[in-house]
Amino acid sequence: MTEWEIIWQQREIFISGFGNTFALFFAGSIASFILGVTLLYTLENGSKGVKGSVILVINMMRTLPFLILAYLLYYGLPQAGIRMDAFTAGLISLSLYHGTYFCEIFRGIRKGLDSGQMEAAQACGFSRFKTFTRIIIPNVLLRSLPLIANQLIICLKDTAFLCIITVGEITAAANSIQSTYFIPLNAFIVAIALYWIISIAIEQVSKITLNKVQDRGLSHA
Amino acid sequence: MDYYGWMQLLQGAWTTAWISMVSIALGVVIGLVIALIRMAKLPIIDQILGVYVSWARATPLVTLALFIFLSFPSFGINLDKHFSAILCLTLNTSAFNAEIWRNAFLNFSSGQKEAAEALGMRRMTYFRRIMFPQMVVMSLPALVNEMSFLIKGSPAIAVIGVVDLTRVTNRIAAVTYEPLLPILCAGILYMCIIGVLIKLQQMAERKANYLAG
Repeated sequence: MTEWEIIWQQREIFISGFGNTFALFFAGSIASFILGVTLLYTLENGSKGVKGSVILVINMMRTLPFLILAYLLYYGLPQAGIRMDAFTAGLISLSLYHGTYFCEIFRGIRKGLDSGQMEAAQACGFSRFKTFTRIIIPNVLLRSLPLIANQLIICLKDTAFLCIITVGEITAAANSIQSTYFIPLNAFIVAIALYWIISIAIEQVSKITLNKVQDRGLSHA
Repeated sequence: MDYYGWMQLLQGAWTTAWISMVSIALGVVIGLVIALIRMAKLPIIDQILGVYVSWARATPLVTLALFIFLSFPSFGINLDKHFSAILCLTLNTSAFNAEIWRNAFLNFSSGQKEAAEALGMRRMTYFRRIMFPQMVVMSLPALVNEMSFLIKGSPAIAVIGVVDLTRVTNRIAAVTYEPLLPILCAGILYMCIIGVLIKLQQMAERKANYLAG
């Protein structure tokens, strides 16, 4: 199997591609998570105009393909005088896009929350910020665990789009190897396997966390 | 952007639309077939389909499109790029649709089946007259949601050279050296297409809730 030997010789490219994908995914998901929580806070406590504009942005993002946003940041913005490299543009678009999706998930869960706890917190003299951090956030996060895992897998898959704007991640690594050695089958099998492994890992982690949460009785918090 | 640029943009939108529509139609039907086979619980086929669903849900569309387009010729199968694009999108969406249909199966109340059996209905008649119509209504919101996900993922086919609504912006920018306007216009076109689907999803949800309640 000389083809597999070539793949093994070129493992450096795959390892750096995997590193890039993982860095994008990890940094992007953390940034978008924070953005999602922040947006939820503004939806909770912001003025009417702010709320309206946040909802408008969320609805716009929901109808936009991820690649168009990445194109806009990488190809479109230089025309307006803002230039960044592919990795930064990819990371920013990933965070913005998935941040709004996270907020949409949290908003859906927040709507279903019982208002009793919030009223109790208010009666106990909690400030709005304290109510948010101590009551709303734990409730919302623990309930949305399966949806968060799902969104993380979508986020991982979206990093593959960034090879189109020349970020050197797994798909780009596979593509460069196949174009040099003409072994598309092996190169892409490796790439797909890598993606599969990451997403199975995400699923397992979310399953374990969900079990832990249910064991400790936090899911009905 | 001149008249020619606008025409190119609309042509790209049409390419995206027809490729997505073909994939959606195939994906919904294939998903139903996969769900039916999995519900029959045939020993080995069931595991294979389970692995397929897990695989297709984890594979990014870009990687899948490149994989299909580049590695099939090494088996001696030469694929047209539009055909590869449809194959790629269909493979991906079928797996998601199969899960949606399976969910509808699993959540179906058994009382109706017992009632149908008590009336002496055959299984095929029961499925066609009672189970299937309700399954369609129940899973329609999720199916429409998956359709909008498919269209959001469809720019992936640009990577194998299909001139869709995303790639066409590059072409226009290559002539005018002004990428911002075509990208924004493409974004607005996507918003219109997917916005219609989201409205449809909300309508389907209301209908499903009405029937469930």
